[in-house]
Amino acid sequence: MAGIDLDRPWRLHPQVAVRPEPFGALLYHFGTRRLSFLKDRTLLDVVNRLDTEPSARAACLEAGVAPADLPRFGRALATLAHGDMVIERTSS
Amino acid sequence: MTVQTQARPGRLVDLFERGLDAPICLTWELTYACNLSCVHCLSSSGRRDPRELTTAECKAVIDELERMQVFYVNIGGGEPTVRSDFWELVDYATAHKVGVKFSTNGVKITPEVARRLATSDYVDVQISLDGATEAVNDAVRGPGSFATATRAMENLRDAGFTGFKISVVVTRENAGQLDAFKAIADAYGAQLRLTRLRPSGRGADVWDELHPTAAQQRQLYDWLVANGEQVLTGDSFFHLSAYGDSLPGLNLCGAGRVVCLIDPVGEVYACPFAIHENFLAGNVRSPGGFTSVWRESELFADLRHPQTGGACTKCQHFDSCRGGCMAAKFFTGLPLDGPDPECVQGYGADALLARGEVRPPKPAVDHSHRKTRAVPVSIGLSPPTHAPVSACEESPLAGFRP
Repeated sequence: MAGIDLDRPWRLHPQVAVRPEPFGALLYHFGTRRLSFLKDRTLLDVVNRLDTEPSARAACLEAGVAPADLPRFGRALATLAHGDMVIERTSS
Repeated sequence: MTVQTQARPGRLVDLFERGLDAPICLTWELTYACNLSCVHCLSSSGRRDPRELTTAECKAVIDELERMQVFYVNIGGGEPTVRSDFWELVDYATAHKVGVKFSTNGVKITPEVARRLATSDYVDVQISLDGATEAVNDAVRGPGSFATATRAMENLRDAGFTGFKISVVVTRENAGQLDAFKAIADAYGAQLRLTRLRPSGRGADVWDELHPTAAQQRQLYDWLVANGEQVLTGDSFFHLSAYGDSLPGLNLCGAGRVVCLIDPVGEVYACPFAIHENFLAGNVRSPGGFTSVWRESELFADLRHPQTGGACTKCQHFDSCRGGCMAAKFFTGLPLDGPDPECVQGYGADALLARGEVRPPKPAVDHSHRKTRAVPVSIGLSPPTHAPVSACEESPLAGFRP
């Protein structure tokens, strides 16, 4: 799957609940009633920062993602976006 | 969906095998009372248990689930909607960020209830239907149950509730109706959910006649693979993964690891299909409540050890089917570290033959409706033929005429 547009602002879907776990996190979407597994604590950190950072790229870098790893995190975020777990933040 | 960034992270199935600090979801049977007497009822329901958790006790459990961040509960029974505080508990759970999915035979899903349900983002409804035709359904669920379920589905559709679930237990009688079930679900804007017939509760009495044949299991597997994530299974057919590709889902027995059951009187069992003292971990009424049962019970600690021995671990398919369903083995009298009775490699059928005539264990808990009615006692039914002799007459034989 291609990555998301890292330079746009993103956010967690408001109907998604996050439960941190030793291996990463469980995400549950109350709208689609789907469960997702984040198998990575850094990815959880990225997801938690999406709401407040100006772009997905900034969220990744703030979470300590090395620039070389950005494409992999972009693809992971794209998977989440595909399941409606994260959505684009519109400036309103 | 699993989201990862490394090429080779640990497998979820290995992580979950050791259990989580809180269940991902759990089944909560709110009452043993039921208006029906389905022949395969997992919980042998029928009559209400007088020790049922009170409204306040149920709310305390919900408070714990909120603290543990359990995303949702699968509420069942019995027929949960016959509890007079059912809607109060549903509202309490959703107000405390615990989503609710409840299973019902539809008896209380009136047009008004359906309209109310349609407005909630946090409540999902599962209508039980075990035949795509009235004859097949009612043979298992009882006369009138097809009509009741159909009326409930019409009410949900008319209220605009899309995506509710139609939940089917696959049996020998309905295994040929999978396309018809899918068509029903599509017609109502619902989603089909197929689950496995377990020999639990009253299911033990009918399992031999009703469990799908080997050929039907193969057709079911192919049908599930073809329909992919369109059809839900609650992970219940992971024993079929030994045919080849894994089915969508975790493909793991989650008992005591990521799921469990709370029964109407607060007992916590490892899974909804294992209401038996061997799988009883504790009670939510004990000090420490549900949380300490989940985190500290010895039984659950045992279940969280990966299986290392037994006949199945030597099988080349063990990695895909993981030995199948613990409850199915237990209630057919098979050893827990051996094959599932419906093992697709046929080892289960062999094990059942080798078992001989040993009587499988019976659950201690049975709330079935009593089938034999008490004979009415007839005393003094004949009308008086004459007036009392006198209100003051002292002789015990006064007025007696043999």
